[in-house]
Amino acid sequence: MNDVLLEMRGITKRFPGVTALEDVSLEVRRGEIHAICGENGAGKSTLMKVLSGVYPTGSYEGEIRFDGSPVHFGGIRDSESVGIVIIHQELALVPYLSIAENIFLGNERRGRGGLIDWNRANADARDLLASVGLNENPVSPVIQLGVGKQQLVEIAKALSKEVRLLILDEPTAALNDVDSAHLLDLLRRLRDRGITCIMISHKLSEITAIADSTTVIRDGQKVETLDMSSGDVTQQRIIRGMVGRDIDSFYPDRVSEPGPEVLRIEDWTVWHPVQPRLVVDGASLNVRAGEVVGIAGLMGAGRTELAMSVFGRSYGRNISGRLYLHGKQVRARTVAEAISNGIAYATEDRKRYGLNLIADVRANVSAAALGKLARAGWINGNEEIKVAEQGRREMNIKTRTVLDTVGTLSGGNQQKVVLSKWLFTDPDVLILDEPTRGIDVGAKFEIYTIINRLVAQGKAVIVISSELPELLGMCDRIYTLSAGRITGELPVGEATQEDLMALMTKEKELAG
Amino acid sequence: MTSTKPSVPTEQVSVDSAAAALHVGTSDPLTLIMRNLRQSGIYIAFVVIVALFAFLTDGVLLSPGNITNIVLQYSYILVLAIGMVILIIAGHIDLSVGSIVALTGAVSAVLVIQHGQPWWIGVVAAVAVGIAVGAWHGFWVAYVGMPAFIVTLAGMLLFRGLTMQVLDNVSLSPFPADYQKVASGFLNGLMGGQGYDAFTLLIAGFAVAGYAVSVFRTRLARIRYEQPVESFPLFVTRVLAVAAVVMYFGWQLAHARGLPIVLIILAVLVIAYGLMTKNTVFGRQVYAIGGNLSAAMLSGVKVRKVNFWIFVNMGFLAGIAGVIYSSRSNGAQPAAGNMFELDAIAAAFIGGAAVAGGVGTVVGAMVGGLIMAVMSNGMQLMGVDQSTQSVVKGLVLLLAVAFDIYNKRRAGATR
Repeated sequence: MNDVLLEMRGITKRFPGVTALEDVSLEVRRGEIHAICGENGAGKSTLMKVLSGVYPTGSYEGEIRFDGSPVHFGGIRDSESVGIVIIHQELALVPYLSIAENIFLGNERRGRGGLIDWNRANADARDLLASVGLNENPVSPVIQLGVGKQQLVEIAKALSKEVRLLILDEPTAALNDVDSAHLLDLLRRLRDRGITCIMISHKLSEITAIADSTTVIRDGQKVETLDMSSGDVTQQRIIRGMVGRDIDSFYPDRVSEPGPEVLRIEDWTVWHPVQPRLVVDGASLNVRAGEVVGIAGLMGAGRTELAMSVFGRSYGRNISGRLYLHGKQVRARTVAEAISNGIAYATEDRKRYGLNLIADVRANVSAAALGKLARAGWINGNEEIKVAEQGRREMNIKTRTVLDTVGTLSGGNQQKVVLSKWLFTDPDVLILDEPTRGIDVGAKFEIYTIINRLVAQGKAVIVISSELPELLGMCDRIYTLSAGRITGELPVGEATQEDLMALMTKEKELAG
Repeated sequence: MTSTKPSVPTEQVSVDSAAAALHVGTSDPLTLIMRNLRQSGIYIAFVVIVALFAFLTDGVLLSPGNITNIVLQYSYILVLAIGMVILIIAGHIDLSVGSIVALTGAVSAVLVIQHGQPWWIGVVAAVAVGIAVGAWHGFWVAYVGMPAFIVTLAGMLLFRGLTMQVLDNVSLSPFPADYQKVASGFLNGLMGGQGYDAFTLLIAGFAVAGYAVSVFRTRLARIRYEQPVESFPLFVTRVLAVAAVVMYFGWQLAHARGLPIVLIILAVLVIAYGLMTKNTVFGRQVYAIGGNLSAAMLSGVKVRKVNFWIFVNMGFLAGIAGVIYSSRSNGAQPAAGNMFELDAIAAAFIGGAAVAGGVGTVVGAMVGGLIMAVMSNGMQLMGVDQSTQSVVKGLVLLLAVAFDIYNKRRAGATR
C-alpha cells in the first residue's frame, strides 16, 4: 500500500496580488481514495487545476511526479494522456448529444476513412455504462438523465480514457442521498479495480466513510495528511484542521447596540428555477437595527438563493413563506418593490450581476434609485454627480473622477461603488453577499469599516460569507445554513469555527 | 489573513487633487477630445468627409440646392436611425423597419389615394399602424423572451407580405398636393426676402439663440453645483462655432427653397430623443439594460416594460418615416423601404453604438447617418456608379466598427 502513484512537491501558484498555493506537497498512494478538504477558497481547486494541466507547467513552481517519473503538462490533454482525468463540479456534458457521443467526445471511435464508427462507439459505450452500473440506452440524449446519472456518465467517460487517477471535484454536491450512496459504492468498486481516486468534498461524513487518507488545505497551504485507515479520525478532527487559525485585530472594533427588529422571514421556502428540488427549505431568521447577522454555509447550501429570493423574488420559483419589515408583513414580489421597502442586496458576483462595467461611476451609483434624482422622469444631472461625488468621498473610492468607467477600477473600489449604489437607495436592511470576495486585505478592512459605520447609523446588515473568521469578526449573530435549511443560530460570543463548521456540514437526518 | 496584522492603507486620494484633475480634464479641449475619442472620432471623420467631398465636387456638395437635397433624401433614414440606436443601446436590433416603412406608407396611400381621405387621416393611420407593429415586436421580445433578431426577421417577411396584400401588389400614386408637402414642402415666403428666405434665417437665428440660452443655463447650474466648467473663452468659442455652422446652414437653405418641413420634423425628433436618452430615467434604464442586463434587473429596472416600449417607439418612428418616404416618393410601392433597416443600423454603428449594447447616442447615430448621406450624395455628384458606392459604404461601416472594437480594447473594457 505504500507505493506512491502521484507526488506533488513544493507547488506554489501565484495570481497577480494573491498567492493561491504556497509550497503544497501531496502524496497519493496507488489504489487509494484520497480526500482533500478545506474551506471555500482554500486552494483545493487550484491544486487540482495544477495537477490536471489547466495551469500548464511553468505557470507554477514545484514538481509533479506521476508513477515515478516527473511529468510536465501543457494542457488538459497531456494529463489525460498519462491517465489523469478530472471531473469538475459543474458537469461538462453536452446536453443535447447522446450518452455515447458525450463519452467519446474528443476521443471518437474512428472507423474507415476517418468516419466515426457509431456501432462500435455505441457498443463500447454500453460496456462502459455497465461498468458504472448505469442501465441506459447509449443513444439517448444526456439531458434526459438526472444529475446523478449524468455524474455516472462523466465517470464512464473517464473510464473510456483508461483512467489511472480519477479526480472528482465535489462529486456529491448536487446529488440526493440515494445517488450519493450509489456513487460512493462505485468509487469503492473502482478502487478495487486499481483506479486511484482524489476526491474533493465538503461532506465530512462521506470522507470518513470512504477515504483512505485525507489532506487538509487551509489558506493555500497544506495543513496535514491524515491516515484514515485506522478509523479513529473523526469529523471533528478534520474540522480542526480546516479552520485552525486565529482571528486577530483584523476586524475593526464596534460597539453592538441592537435596536428593534427590522426584517424577519418565517418558513421561507424556495424551489430551484428549473429543477424539481428545494433550494431553501423552511428558513426563518431575523435581523435587528444596528445589528450584523451572518449567514454561514458551504457552497451550494442556498445562501445566495435565500438572499435573492427575499430580494424581490429575483431567484427561484414557488416561493412561500412570510416576510416582515418593522413587524409588518410585506410582499416584495419585484426588485423594485423590495428596494422601495428598504431592502438592498449587493450580489456576490459584482461583475456579472452588480455593475454596469462599461458605464461610469456616476451612472452605477444612481442606477438603483434614479427616481430620487428625477422630477417627472427628468434627471437632475448635477444632483446626480453630487450624489456620486458624495459616495466617492465617503467610501474613499479611488478614481480620478466619477465619470471614469467602473470596469477600470480595482475590485475593492468596484465593491465600494456597489455599496454607494445601495446606500443611495437609503435601505433599512443591507444584504451583503460575499462583500470581500476577491479584494485585497487593505480594501477588506475599509469595507468592514464601512459596514460598522452603517450599523452605527442604525441599519440592519446581513452578511453572507464563506470566510468563517470574517463572520466571527464582523457579526453579532450567525445563522448556519446547510442544504437549504437553517441548522443553527449562534451568538458570536459563543461560536467557534469548529461549531459553525459542524453545523454547516450537518446533514438532514436520513428518513429511511 | 494569518496572524500578521495587515497594513491598513493610509494613502488617500486627496479630494482637492481629484477635483483639480476633473477641472483640468474638462477645460482642456485636447483632453476633452481624447477622453471622448469614441464620440469625437466620429465628428472629426464627418468634418473630414464633408471637406473631402466638397473638394472633390468643386464645392457643389455644399451648394444651397444640394444641402437641401441631402436633407430631403436621407431624412427617413435618420428618423429610423433614432429608433434603431435606442434599440441597439439596449442590446436589440430591428431588421423589419424597411417593411414597416412600406406597410405604413401603403396604408396611408390606400386611405388617401383610394378612399380620398384627407392627408392627416393618412398620417395618423400610418403612425398608428407603426405603433401597432412595434407593439407586436415588443410583445414577442419583451414578454415571450425571443431574440429581437429573430422576431424582427420574421417581421420583415410578415410586414412585407402584408404590404403587398394591402396594395394588391400594385403601386399607388400620386398623392394629393397637401400630402406631398410633408416631405417636399418648404416653409418660405412667409416673410419675404430678396433672393433669400427671411423666415428661414429667422428660424436659424432662433435655433442659435435657443442653443446659447440652454448651454448657458446648463453652465450656470453646473457652477451652482460647484462643478468644473470649461473656461469662459472656450465656452464662448464653442457657442460661436455652433452658431456659425447653423447660420451657414440656414443661409444656404434660405438661398435655395427655404426651410424644408422635413427638417423641422427631424430637428424636433433629434432634440426630443437626444434629451430623452440622456436626461430621463427611462433613457438611463435603456443604457443600463444594454450595459448589464442582470445588474439592471437587480437594480429594480422593469426590463420587460422598457424593452416593450422601445420597440413601440421604433414602430412609431418607422410610421413617421413611412409617411415621409411615401410623401417624398409620391406614392406607395410594394418594394418601398427595401434595405432601409441596413442603412439605419449602419448609421447607428458608424455613430459609435457598440455591438454588445450599452453604448451609443442619438446624435452619434445622426452623424453616422449623415456620413453615409454625404458619401452617397458626393459620389453621386461625382458620377461614381452604384456598385462602387456600395463597396465604399461597406468598407466605411467595417472600419467604423473596427475602430469601436479597437477603442474598447484600448480602454480595457473587453473581457
